[in-house]
Amino acid sequence: MLLLGALAIALIVVGRYTNWLAPVRDFATGLAAPFHWIAEAPGRVADWAEGAVVSRAELEEENDRLKHQLLLLQHRAQLLAAVKAENTKLKELMNARELVDDRVVVTEVIGVSPDPQEHVLVLDKGREDGLVPGTPILDAHGLLGQVIEASAGSSRVLLITDSSHALPVQVQRNNVRAVAEGTGNLYLLQLRHVSNTSDVREGDVLLSSGLGGRFPAGYPVGQVIAIHRDPGQPFADIDIRPRAQMSRSRFVLAVTGKAGDDALEDELNGADGGAP
Amino acid sequence: MEPHSRWFIAATFLAGLLLAVAPLAHNWQWFRPAFISLLVIFWVTRMPTVFGVGFAWLAGLIQDLVTGAAIGSHALSLAAIAYLCLLFYRRMRAYSAGQQVLLVFVLVGIQQLVSVWVHEFAGKPAQGLVFLWPAATSALLWPVVSGLLHRYFTQLQVR
Repeated sequence: MLLLGALAIALIVVGRYTNWLAPVRDFATGLAAPFHWIAEAPGRVADWAEGAVVSRAELEEENDRLKHQLLLLQHRAQLLAAVKAENTKLKELMNARELVDDRVVVTEVIGVSPDPQEHVLVLDKGREDGLVPGTPILDAHGLLGQVIEASAGSSRVLLITDSSHALPVQVQRNNVRAVAEGTGNLYLLQLRHVSNTSDVREGDVLLSSGLGGRFPAGYPVGQVIAIHRDPGQPFADIDIRPRAQMSRSRFVLAVTGKAGDDALEDELNGADGGAP
Repeated sequence: MEPHSRWFIAATFLAGLLLAVAPLAHNWQWFRPAFISLLVIFWVTRMPTVFGVGFAWLAGLIQDLVTGAAIGSHALSLAAIAYLCLLFYRRMRAYSAGQQVLLVFVLVGIQQLVSVWVHEFAGKPAQGLVFLWPAATSALLWPVVSGLLHRYFTQLQVR
């Protein structure tokens, strides 16, 4: 009894202060994936049934709407291509080394951590598809989190709202830099250590700043929803609503490959116009 | 223990692990009963000569690996409640349903408390007494779970 208790405590301490258990954790992620997959099966059947009994009229309507949306997005993409080319040229003039294009993998969320005190998702892709610890994860609206453990075919993602997560951001309007911390609430981030006099306003959009080298720069993180400035306190309390849909995203994007030199070379070798 | 019993017991733990990771809306996560703890309490009080602290420790380690909790946290907490079950199993059998529910509440509460300690050790903020919700839902589920398992495993002659 005492021996086993001591062994368990030793495992907890070793897991907390060293990296020795990382391979075990990666293995465990692979072990857990089938459980999540089976446990989620009823939901998948329900989804399938919902898709299978849609009427023809509804499908046609949806098809029309999607075509319309695609047209709008293509129009925007054309504008974007021109702006991007111009931007790259300007960056080259300034001798700045900049990401040209990020390689992106679409993955499906197959599970959520059962522990209510942590915000962790389980994804159905892993090392085989280039997801390694540190890989940034996005959804259609903004930054979602980063991979913390990866096995061959599945991985775990720590959301930016987890209370142990923080990421460097900057205000889109004026590039004021700050650190956005998770709070343990799925709909709230907070900026810490921003002085009372700094120029941050309600409604400002925050982008990832790329400092720290973990997340790529320029992805939307959230929007300032409330600022409490108390003259007696050295720092302002700034509440942020994250852009990404933390608890509702089913398909998410993993930005794999540091997208530095390789992507740049691909582009220079005449892969113009193709998908990134 | 008879050979076919092993498979039934393993099957109950597989089902428990599936329920432990089954998707649940985030606001409802606190109300998820601690299924593996219930199973450990059930099997240790039912067959105290076969199942003990080591068995619970192993079950906890598997739960840690599958749910992604800190490795060793459930191993520690389940070993602790298995030890208490070994002390209490005679009383547990003599208790009425209501008394059993209270005892299960205390046991799962202790298990949750150990988990919360491990969380705080890892630097996560404490959130008050919400960690007792799984103990409450587990205790309320205990008469159903133990009744069903007891009836079926008596019929199937698992011993």
